[in-house]
Amino acid sequence: MFPIVEARFLAPEIKLFRVQAPRVARRRLPGQFVIVRLHEHGERIPLTIADSSAADGTVTLIVQGIGKTTKLMNRLEPGDAVLDLAGPLGKPSEVERFGTVAVVGGGVGAAIAWPTAVAFHQAGNRLLTVLGARTRELVILEPELAAVSDRLVVTTDDGSYGRPGLVTGVLAELMAAERIDRVLAIGPVPMMRAVAELTRPLGVKTIVSLNSIMVDGTGMCGGCRVLVAGSSQFACVDGPEFDAHEVDFTALAQRNAAYREAEQASLAAFLAHPERDLCRIHAAPLEVPS
Amino acid sequence: MSTPTPVPGTPVRPKPSERMKMPRQEMPARDAVGRGHDFDEVNLGFDPTLSLAEAARCLECAKPTCMHGCPVHVDVRAFVRLVLAGDFAGAAAKIREDNVLPAVTGRVCPQEDQCEGTCLLAKRTAPLAIGHLERFVADWERATGTVSLPKIPPPSGKRVAIVGSGPAGLAAAGDLVQRGHAVRVFEALHEIGGVLVYGIPEFRLPKEIVREEVENLRKMGVEFETNVVVGRTLTVDELLGEEGFDAVFLAVGAGLPRFLGIPGEHLIGVCSANELLTRVNLMKAYLFPEYDEPVYECRGKAVAVVGGGNTALDAIRTALRLGAREATLIYRRSEAEMPARAEEVHHAQQEGIRFLTLTDPVELLGNDKGSLVAARCRRMELGEPDASGRRRPVPIPGSDFEIPLDLLIIAAGTSANPVVQSTTPGLATDKRGYIAADPETLATSRHGVFAGGDIVTGGATVILAMGAGRKAAAAIDQFLVSASGVGGRSAPAAGAAPSGPADRG
Repeated sequence: MFPIVEARFLAPEIKLFRVQAPRVARRRLPGQFVIVRLHEHGERIPLTIADSSAADGTVTLIVQGIGKTTKLMNRLEPGDAVLDLAGPLGKPSEVERFGTVAVVGGGVGAAIAWPTAVAFHQAGNRLLTVLGARTRELVILEPELAAVSDRLVVTTDDGSYGRPGLVTGVLAELMAAERIDRVLAIGPVPMMRAVAELTRPLGVKTIVSLNSIMVDGTGMCGGCRVLVAGSSQFACVDGPEFDAHEVDFTALAQRNAAYREAEQASLAAFLAHPERDLCRIHAAPLEVPS
Repeated sequence: MSTPTPVPGTPVRPKPSERMKMPRQEMPARDAVGRGHDFDEVNLGFDPTLSLAEAARCLECAKPTCMHGCPVHVDVRAFVRLVLAGDFAGAAAKIREDNVLPAVTGRVCPQEDQCEGTCLLAKRTAPLAIGHLERFVADWERATGTVSLPKIPPPSGKRVAIVGSGPAGLAAAGDLVQRGHAVRVFEALHEIGGVLVYGIPEFRLPKEIVREEVENLRKMGVEFETNVVVGRTLTVDELLGEEGFDAVFLAVGAGLPRFLGIPGEHLIGVCSANELLTRVNLMKAYLFPEYDEPVYECRGKAVAVVGGGNTALDAIRTALRLGAREATLIYRRSEAEMPARAEEVHHAQQEGIRFLTLTDPVELLGNDKGSLVAARCRRMELGEPDASGRRRPVPIPGSDFEIPLDLLIIAAGTSANPVVQSTTPGLATDKRGYIAADPETLATSRHGVFAGGDIVTGGATVILAMGAGRKAAAAIDQFLVSASGVGGRSAPAAGAAPSGPADRG
């Protein structure tokens, strides 16, 4: 049982949790994720570890409510507990002093990119951050990313905040203005693909973090396999980060839709009767440290 | 040993020459049509009458070969004698001395290749149904609440970490607690049992049985911890360091599913048998939406599996139960070469699984949405024997044909999961990436670290993994006892622990 000690919304449907998991907190490195199961009837879902504190034994998870499990999780509060949490899984981000690094975070992808951005900054890189969202209220982690970035540009699709338009427009300008040694792009598949196509002709090494469908998260099921440089790689053990120029994004997008009908049915059933799942959520044991 | 007194109602024991002619009792099974629609167990099990009739066939050989055919050396003759005497609980206890999971192995062992494979009765009629008898007595003790757990000696003061709670880990845990050592089993998933809970379907091995066997180990003092991925959550070095364990047994299983490496494997509707089975068995996707994890829609669909082992059969029989309209097994050799248990092949055929043998898929075809629509297959013929001793399948030129498919499940074996190896400095592996272990002691290149089961041998069977677990337990016991002697630790257990390896045969 993994008690939730803090829970607050960063934006509509995007919630930050701090969960007690001392062993995971102690070992976790930027880029790694956990597998979470909320209750006995729950599915296993991967969530990137946004931050951690070895001192208080917590990991920070940022959850966007999209499907049933993420929407259910976003109803949890301190005092509730997550039934199962396993990790840290996946390979950590490759962090070195590359020179100038551009981090592109689209939507909740900003939460996945955040810990690695912090690590790039700490490793002495010049950090240029492009933070994209559909609209103003969905822009997350702007102050946190600004604190580690030498330059930060916000874009919104609808122009309600920052620069209007897509992240790729800003990235193109940044690359035209100065030499960029590496790009980390995390967000929706079309965004990652667009960034990959932008940097490919310039030969700028570009890393993406792939959110393929997972079950066990330890390499056993192969459900998360992605086509990278023409061969099968498992996002959970070989990734989740891969060279964007080698990823087959079409196959990724198609495979991520494999369970869409079931996912929609599950979500509709949950929204009609959330109490059926809420009553399965466990209370945290009483001896939760503050 | 004197002839056991027959219980009332048992016929007088026929002479050995007569026993050679007695027919083997058939395992009662559910109707093949009805059972193909749900996940309830297929076999119904022997009752006391069938068991007594079957046990009466045992020749009680002076030099029994059956126990040597068994990877954990169950004393078959002794337990069958107890069955004949009507002491079913005693028979189960006798098995339990060598096998901590009798209700499991009675269901899933390939007996025809092991204990029953050496039975002399096979020369005249059919081998003694040892597996069915084992299952019967194990179920009897569970049903009657007469499970007698082995005695646990005083604590040795030594602690052993077992990594993985599958058959190898559970067997090792059972033996090590019986020698007084404190045992903690770490499991990466949220449930204990490894392949017994994620791999083998409910209709062949009800999960309730696994839970009860795990509960028995708990009562014997074994501790379990879930959600610990050794190599990630904790390293082997930490287990031997700050976590304070004196020895580690790595029994993490084989891991990564292999794919075929043919075009189209990334289409929607292509998955590994591990994925389908994990969704259905561990995550209970057959109860979706009551349980959250979904599984590929099989209702009314054409489904096939590629492979000829138990996993392939488990997967395709699962798809049938999920409502597949057509369920086909595609295997590149002929039925005679299939590595699956004979009973599973028989059951699958009864249930209407179509066997497309001497056939190999060469390309998977999809539509514009990226979904599988067909497999292009090639006919094969058998050539010269290969390294495995089986005749090598050779493609027949110009024999390609297509079969329409909505779902293709790939059961082409597994390769080594690298997580433990890559995070344990100095742990030697073989050229395929499996952990290198001494064949006798299962000791690895790291002091105090042992390894066994699929992570050493590659994918095998439940009972072979259990055999490895027992072997490792014996070696670990010896390692701990000699270590405490050298270290001068006051070890009450050194005396209490029986001299492990020797008395196990």
